[in-house]
Amino acid sequence: MEWEVVIGLETHTQLKTQSKIFSGASTHFGAPANTQACAVDLALPGVLPVLNRQAVEHAIRFGLAIGANIAPVSIFARKNYFYPDLPKGYQISQYEIPVVVGGQVEIIFNGEAKLIQLTRAHLEEDAGKSVHEDFIGPHGEPSSGIDLNRAGTPLLEIVTEPVMRSAAEAVAYAKALHSLVVWLDVCDGNMQEGSFRCDANVSVRPKGATKLGTRCEIKNLNSFRFMEEAMNFEIRRQIELIEDGGKVTQETRLYDPDKKETRSMRSKEDANDYRYFPDPDLLPLQINSAWVEQVRASMPILPDVVRKQWQSEYSLGAYDAQLLSQDRATAQLFTALVKLVGQPMAKAAANLVTGELASALNRANLMPSEAPLVAKDLAPLLERVADGTISNKIAKEIFTILWDEAIAGQGQSTIDAIIDQRGWRQINDTAALALLIDQVMADNAKLLEEFQAGKEKAFNALVGQIMKASKGTANPQQVNDLLRKKLT
Amino acid sequence: MSWHMSTIALLSKALAAKQVSSRELTSYFLERIAKGSRWNAFLDVNPALSMAQADAADEIRANGLAGPLTGIPVAHKDVFVTQGWHSTAGSKMLSNYQSPFDAAVVAHLGMPDEQNPTAAGMVCLGKTNMDEFAMGSSNENSAFGAVLNPWNPACVAGGSSGGSAAAVAAGLAPIATGTDTGGSIRQPAALCGLTGIKPSYGRVSRYGMIAYASSLDQAGPIGKSAEDCAWLLSAMSFHDPRDSTSLADSGENFARYLSQAWSEPQMRNPTKPLSGLKVGLPTEFFAEGLAPEVAKAVEAGAQLLAQLGATICSVTLPKTKLSIPVYYVLAPAEASSNLSRFDGVRYGHRTAQYTDLQEMYKKSRSEGFGAEVKRRILIGSYVLSHGYYDAYYLQAQKIRRIIAADFQTAFNQCDVILGPVAPDVAWRLGEKTEDPLQMYLADIYTLSTNLAGLPAMSVPCGFNQNNMPIGMQLIGNYFSEARLLQIAHQYQQATDWHLRQPSEVT
Repeated sequence: MEWEVVIGLETHTQLKTQSKIFSGASTHFGAPANTQACAVDLALPGVLPVLNRQAVEHAIRFGLAIGANIAPVSIFARKNYFYPDLPKGYQISQYEIPVVVGGQVEIIFNGEAKLIQLTRAHLEEDAGKSVHEDFIGPHGEPSSGIDLNRAGTPLLEIVTEPVMRSAAEAVAYAKALHSLVVWLDVCDGNMQEGSFRCDANVSVRPKGATKLGTRCEIKNLNSFRFMEEAMNFEIRRQIELIEDGGKVTQETRLYDPDKKETRSMRSKEDANDYRYFPDPDLLPLQINSAWVEQVRASMPILPDVVRKQWQSEYSLGAYDAQLLSQDRATAQLFTALVKLVGQPMAKAAANLVTGELASALNRANLMPSEAPLVAKDLAPLLERVADGTISNKIAKEIFTILWDEAIAGQGQSTIDAIIDQRGWRQINDTAALALLIDQVMADNAKLLEEFQAGKEKAFNALVGQIMKASKGTANPQQVNDLLRKKLT
Repeated sequence: MSWHMSTIALLSKALAAKQVSSRELTSYFLERIAKGSRWNAFLDVNPALSMAQADAADEIRANGLAGPLTGIPVAHKDVFVTQGWHSTAGSKMLSNYQSPFDAAVVAHLGMPDEQNPTAAGMVCLGKTNMDEFAMGSSNENSAFGAVLNPWNPACVAGGSSGGSAAAVAAGLAPIATGTDTGGSIRQPAALCGLTGIKPSYGRVSRYGMIAYASSLDQAGPIGKSAEDCAWLLSAMSFHDPRDSTSLADSGENFARYLSQAWSEPQMRNPTKPLSGLKVGLPTEFFAEGLAPEVAKAVEAGAQLLAQLGATICSVTLPKTKLSIPVYYVLAPAEASSNLSRFDGVRYGHRTAQYTDLQEMYKKSRSEGFGAEVKRRILIGSYVLSHGYYDAYYLQAQKIRRIIAADFQTAFNQCDVILGPVAPDVAWRLGEKTEDPLQMYLADIYTLSTNLAGLPAMSVPCGFNQNNMPIGMQLIGNYFSEARLLQIAHQYQQATDWHLRQPSEVT
């Protein structure tokens, strides 16, 4: 039987705010345990929550970016359950009426643009952390510790419709969403620190069926690789289970990246009755149009707008446009670079940014915003290639020199100085090239013979020898043309 | 001097006139508290800290910076967290709990400091007994024993602010704070012959008040007169950004109308200061279940208001009876969630022996909470459960809105509503403890104002044949506290019910 996979994602994005969603404690990551938990976070008797406006503005910003409705009135509810890292015994979240309703996120999947429909996005507070491993209690006994630094960190939970049809597509969505929230500056996107975590709802059904299969929810996927592995494992598990005559039971599962499998955490029967009700300590969240417009005015230009602009004005391909709009720093660098070198060189600029620069950043483990080279450092490189002063190959070497100097914090050499110092100016003079070619032909009689015997490969070998003799400075196109002329 | 007979209005004058210092007053009341332990009105005192505050208050006065309340002692219901005194909310769960901060009310009434430069400068005498987590109408639900009624030690003091009421009635404190979720200020005030006011919802910050039912809880004063309550409420009311339900323009001088006539100057008649005032008597408040002596006293109160110029009319609040089921769905629902934080993990009672997390939760909470608290947590969890939420919680919310609308209809016909506070005078200790439903019915006249968020007060209006005090209730429209206090003050100018002393108190 042919199976259709149905996936919906719920993503918890930590919102970039100075303080927590309902208290004044700092949200800074990595502080010693329980040093960033105030009376409100500890749920001491008598404390009350006060909503952080910045968190709301981030939610509005996200909602506007995905073309969603911003609810004029939304309600905070209490989700009641007992757990030691949940100090109040309830989580403040939005249940029936969330702040962001609908909207869509554009992804590029298999080279094509597709819109992923969102159900909603709602504001809520994060819980603290339980520390079970390597924690020693006050009397030296193995114990569990509670760190409430994270308790009350603002989250925006972003929920899709069940519209994705493969693990790869779901990962493409997660990546697009990740780059969008980072672009919007509402989330730092740091997945190691848990700033962006996904829960995947996975089910399968016979191809053509309209009714959804029973789903399993895989919790807490905080890397794209694990996400894809976990979903693919879960898809195979469900199909095999059904094909063997079994039935999928609705449950929550966890992914074990060491064993590369998902396993049951709790079944539906064990699920808590969360006893949701509107939180009487908080007023309904009212967002009037003036507030929405104020947020809209502060919005950065959106990645899909930028992409379309580049594709039409610079004739960039969808793939390049996608790569260049992964994050704002890259997009800004590219835009600045094109501004300096001119629109006809946009493609060359794109290649430089997505090629040399991206791999250098990757090797150095740097974020694009941390790139040591700026547009004006890179523009002359493109210009010297365009005016024939250097070849692409030399350009790459110069890039490496510039990069190393910048990383080492040394004074930056000018590109022209490097070219002159190293004698890398390209030889475009026909007479000079002809001399060089004659010399190489004389030194490589064997290759000449081979070529005349009909081996086309020998031609390329000769070109290689000529380039080598010129230390890479001969204009390769001219060498090609001149050699061909001499040999025929 | 018998300072315990004085209103705070008189104490304020005595302090200003240097007839007495705050130090002398404070030690006077601390001594009375020590000698009056039989009422079980106080759960914690800290004489050294109280005396230090008194000295600070005297210094403020010496520096010419005293306000009207500077140096006057006040007792706080143990539902407010305090730094120098234990904060137990009447529960074993918190029997050793020390708060690292003061409740907003405590801070604003206490000594001025950098955070509260405008604080009133009152001296805290200690923390008063209460029904556990403010759940109860008799103070018998305190984990630390019942409070006795100073008018008859065999009777309850009312609840849940029973310790505050008994403290004032027994002359252990000149005035006290209380909280009122369904009548917890008004009912003990009535049962102890005192004046108390529950302001409009949002008037007083709930920050630092241990929550029972957040959408109903309001703090207010219990004192000897409407004037005293007006003074204390003025100092208790302010906008607090830490409480999202705090009114933006909460601060007011609630004493501003006290000595004025109700109407515009041109209509004034010196013998009829309340002329122009329309008082509505809800027929439902005088129906079956009301003790005849209480009905008589409240009706006499209405007559006296009429003599002062008010016109009396009949109004109707048809959903009064429903306020009991609605309240006992909504308040427990909120309580079941509010009390979840008492899990033994971070503070409060934790059971001695347990093998896993579930057992720690179950035993800690089973041991830490009393029967009434458990009952309400169970009811609250039930009505919020999947499949029952719509039938109970949502339905109750709808009726709550209808109850509030009924009041607005009544206020089209009258300025203020008058009725009894409680169906009867204070009952004997233990009389209703076996029957929680009987106890719930005692709240019938007070619950609806909390559901509607309206201000309401309790004013002494007579005694029954056993010399037990009777209170009448004045209910006003939103934010009309100053007007309620004006009516009560005018009434108290013409009566002396509020000044009578229990013979037990010497």
